[in-house]
Amino acid sequence: MVTIGVLALQGAVEEHLAALAGAGCRSREVRCVADLTGLDGLILPGGESTTIGKLLDRYELLEPIRQRAGAGMGVWGTCAGMILLSREVRNALPGQPVLGLMDTVVERNAYGRQVDSFSTELSVACLGPEPVPAVFIRAPRIAECGPEVEVLARFQGEVVAARQGRLLATSFHPELTGDRRWHSYFAQLCGQPVALAC
Amino acid sequence: MMSQQGTFQVKTGLAQMLKGGVIMDVTTPEQAVIAQEAGAVAVMALERVPADIRAEGGVARMADPVVVQQIMDAVTIPVMAKARIGHFVEAEILQSLGVDYIDESEVLTPADEENHINKHSFTVPFVCGARDLGEALRRISEGAAMIRSKGEAGTGNVVEAVRHTRAVMAQIRLAASMREDELFAFAKELRAPVELVQQVRELGRLPVVNFAAGGIATPADAALMLRLGCDGIFVGSGIFKSDDPARRAKAIVDAAAHYQDAARLAEVSRGIGQAMKGLEISKIPQQELLQVRGW
Repeated sequence: MVTIGVLALQGAVEEHLAALAGAGCRSREVRCVADLTGLDGLILPGGESTTIGKLLDRYELLEPIRQRAGAGMGVWGTCAGMILLSREVRNALPGQPVLGLMDTVVERNAYGRQVDSFSTELSVACLGPEPVPAVFIRAPRIAECGPEVEVLARFQGEVVAARQGRLLATSFHPELTGDRRWHSYFAQLCGQPVALAC
Repeated sequence: MMSQQGTFQVKTGLAQMLKGGVIMDVTTPEQAVIAQEAGAVAVMALERVPADIRAEGGVARMADPVVVQQIMDAVTIPVMAKARIGHFVEAEILQSLGVDYIDESEVLTPADEENHINKHSFTVPFVCGARDLGEALRRISEGAAMIRSKGEAGTGNVVEAVRHTRAVMAQIRLAASMREDELFAFAKELRAPVELVQQVRELGRLPVVNFAAGGIATPADAALMLRLGCDGIFVGSGIFKSDDPARRAKAIVDAAAHYQDAARLAEVSRGIGQAMKGLEISKIPQQELLQVRGW
């Protein structure tokens, strides 16, 4: 059984922990470097990306997470987490810290303000034929992908879910729905031998 | 495929993303930038902070749209704004400006002494204050997607926020311990819909995010409210009425991230200047208490 951490500095932490339990994973909150030890995967939850980025920087967590990811730990960013994973952010706060692990350019608040937030259903081949519910909250989207990035889902032609090896990014919030397929998919990704995932 | 805006899930969803964070009252674009720089998850755009509303008296209304717009233009984080209790036209104006959340707030002078806004009819989500479980559930039944304690705004005194939060939490524990057939009488006592009381019993918490507000002035105050079970913090006058707003704002954000770690709290509380002076609640004339507004 894999152990998945949820970065617990700010945001929808409990929702991811509950979803991981629903998907049959062991989980733990991550607040400091020591909490990263022994994790197969780490979820960067939805929240405010500028806040989480600043706290990652202030508590010196950026480099340890980069190192662990380099050594094979899976990382999944939902919404704010997708922003933190990207190498470049459009509409960012100047100097906004990011992990820069994925070869993606992400546009922050790409769908507008809260009044423009929405829920919908997506078809996602890697999760099976049933459509997947998706909640977009002041959501970002992927504007550019590098050659190693595999597009997993689009909404109105734009990339809203993608994978690069064991790195997973979604614009939306699977933890706010009752559908556990994304959490199972990420757990499976983290449990694979490194060579297979990459 | 069909997509839907303004659903209750989309409204409560933004509040869920604010959890563990600090929402700060600001009156100028410069203050909004300081708040964002400190790591605030959102700002509340106002013309006057509660301490000044309290000091100056008169009718307190929705902020001038110019102030709200300038603050929205100055930051990329969510911007909230306050409408008077029952003043659905102020709320429609704020929605048309594109604010991310509306606080139907007792800090402003109520526009209706019987009815709150029908918040279901809006696309923008609402947060409302509450002093006990019944009040919280009445607001949720009207469509509020987020609850906060009322506390006593503009005092820098956390005692009322503690009182209201403890009341809500104790009543949630009571509901959770009840037999199902006891909930009908309890709902009647709370003056709240029984369906929502049933939800509280099942979840063991409010069905929406619950923040602390009203009188929070220090990092320790913020941590106290999170330890009592709140999901996050509103700081009103506490930051920009203090000696060194930028440092205090950052310290309160740090305190929210590490609210269970006393050593870290000691670290962030060190040398951040004087907190706002504050008011003793018993020295405030009964008719000037803000928390009794709302029904």
